[in-house]
Amino acid sequence: MSANELPVTDGAAAAPLHQSIHGDGPGGADHAGEGVWARAWRTLRKNPVAIAGFVIVAIFVLVAILAPVLAPYGPDELPGRAEVRPTMIPGPSAEYPLGLDRYGGDVLSKLIWGAQASLLVGVLSTLFGLVGGMLLGLLAGWFGKWVDFGAMRLVDLMLSVPSLLLAVSIAAIAGQSSMSVIIAIGVVQIPIFARLLRGSMLAQRGQDYVLAASALGLSRRSVTMSHVLPNSVGPVIVQATLTLATAVIEAAALSFLGLGGGEPSTAEWGRMLTAAQQELAVAPRLAILPGICIAITALGFTLVGESLREALDPRNRTRR
Amino acid sequence: MLRLIVQRLLLLIPLLLGLSVLLFAWVRALPGGPATALLGERATPEAVARINTLYGFDQPVHVQYFKYLSRLLQGDFGVSTRTGRPVLDEFLTRFPATIELTVVALIIAIGIGIPLGYVAARRAGSFLDHSSVVVSLIGVTVPVFFLAFILKYVFAVELGWFPSTGRQDPTMIATHPTNFYVLDGLLTGEWDAAWDALVHLILPGIALGTIPLAIVARMTRAAVSEVQNADYVRTARAKGIKSARLRGDHIVRNSMLPVLTTIGLQVGLLLSGAVLTETVFAFSGIGSFLAEAVFNADYPVMQGFVLMIAIVYALVNLLVDVSYGLIDPRLRRQQ
Repeated sequence: MSANELPVTDGAAAAPLHQSIHGDGPGGADHAGEGVWARAWRTLRKNPVAIAGFVIVAIFVLVAILAPVLAPYGPDELPGRAEVRPTMIPGPSAEYPLGLDRYGGDVLSKLIWGAQASLLVGVLSTLFGLVGGMLLGLLAGWFGKWVDFGAMRLVDLMLSVPSLLLAVSIAAIAGQSSMSVIIAIGVVQIPIFARLLRGSMLAQRGQDYVLAASALGLSRRSVTMSHVLPNSVGPVIVQATLTLATAVIEAAALSFLGLGGGEPSTAEWGRMLTAAQQELAVAPRLAILPGICIAITALGFTLVGESLREALDPRNRTRR
Repeated sequence: MLRLIVQRLLLLIPLLLGLSVLLFAWVRALPGGPATALLGERATPEAVARINTLYGFDQPVHVQYFKYLSRLLQGDFGVSTRTGRPVLDEFLTRFPATIELTVVALIIAIGIGIPLGYVAARRAGSFLDHSSVVVSLIGVTVPVFFLAFILKYVFAVELGWFPSTGRQDPTMIATHPTNFYVLDGLLTGEWDAAWDALVHLILPGIALGTIPLAIVARMTRAAVSEVQNADYVRTARAKGIKSARLRGDHIVRNSMLPVLTTIGLQVGLLLSGAVLTETVFAFSGIGSFLAEAVFNADYPVMQGFVLMIAIVYALVNLLVDVSYGLIDPRLRRQQ
């Protein structure tokens, strides 16, 4: 629990964001009345790092969606099965631009289909964690008292187990499939989102505008829903973007450990790395290519998330 | 100080109770029912019947839980379905290996991360600052097992500078009184054995340490850049305090609190990462054993190891909390 009573992830980090949402801080004068999101967008557009991140993410999403058009072969096809020998795996050629793998699959096609698998797992698990975490955080922030206490102790419990181990344990219950990987990674994110939203809401509660809204006679529900909640989601959205990066990496780790299910020749980046382990001396490209794909995808989401965090942080506003 | 430690230890009790409830429920949720899960796929009906009576699976749930808890308190974490040995023994024989690996990784992370972050903050905008940003990005975007692959391929397979697998050369004749191989070599005077064990730790240590390094460097950079602009630093400088003292007593010391917290949290990451890194390097610590347990559906091992690792994680963070007082006298007085 000591690990979990830390100021970094709690409301403390989220607090500065909100102080300025309603008060017009320094530097905001030239765009008075502009919302916090519009301002963030204006900052992001001028930030080359953010643009690089957006470009990577856009390419990744496009490749994932257009996989059926882009990939020369289907996800389960093994077009070069006859060409693979126990001692030799054919490298890049005109027909297979990135070569073949041990099973005779076309590496380029598998990487493209792997993007689709990663996007699916990343988005669905993040959504799972986001919805679950926000519900739990909202519950805690709404009812307070013992509901809050119970929810936060549950969060402490989940955070007391290192994330990969928690994911592995959950995947063990859910069975070996890509669905179980999604659930496992999603559940692991729940405590993070829950704590973030709760902390953020608590910080909002003490703000003058909340007091003013209550004084005007607004019901508790409309104060929470239309004032506290919308102003509390900033850090949660930043976290969700960053979570997309970790979800892609964790999904690869879980399939690497064999929890993704399916054939060893499945077109999935983590799975490709597992299979490549034996071929490291013969064909290192089999490990390097999917690894680079994972890293670049994670980089894209991280860049977007970090620049979003920076853009939403009012402390950075005066400098621009 | 002592009071704080005791207080913290007492707070661990509800956490561990909660975890035991979760892990108890976890075994019940496993596919095939608890008896099959604990015995493995090849369980005979007699064995199932025996374990049902032994663990009380035919009794009400709360009775089962208290039986489980009393077994835990007696140090009985069950028996591995794969090796047939008690889970606790398996853990204790392998844990020294993981501690060695984690320590090497932490030394790399702290030894490089803190100076890098410090210099990056002090010389904001310099080449070093930019490279520290690149290092942090690599640290959070490259999967640890991929990094392990690359290190293994380049430095073990291609260049042959380091061994690619294991904890020690299998042909090495060495005695192991403590199971900390490096320490064993030093204790028994078998210097070549100690050296060999140390060399085996380098690549996995770098692989495991890189992500924490990135995070520590980043945290240090953020903390130092905040502290160096603080009013009291400006005042100290205006008073003419020597720059060595200014750096040591005013800047570094005040920026270490968040860094220390981060380091404590990295231990969880290290224990997670050990599962993957040890697997890639066939390093026989708790991580690779856990990965094999996952692969073979060895549920008693998974259950026991998760609990033990959570305890280790909690104790490390307790140590971190306690050490705040050493750095910050204000907290000492409060305690």
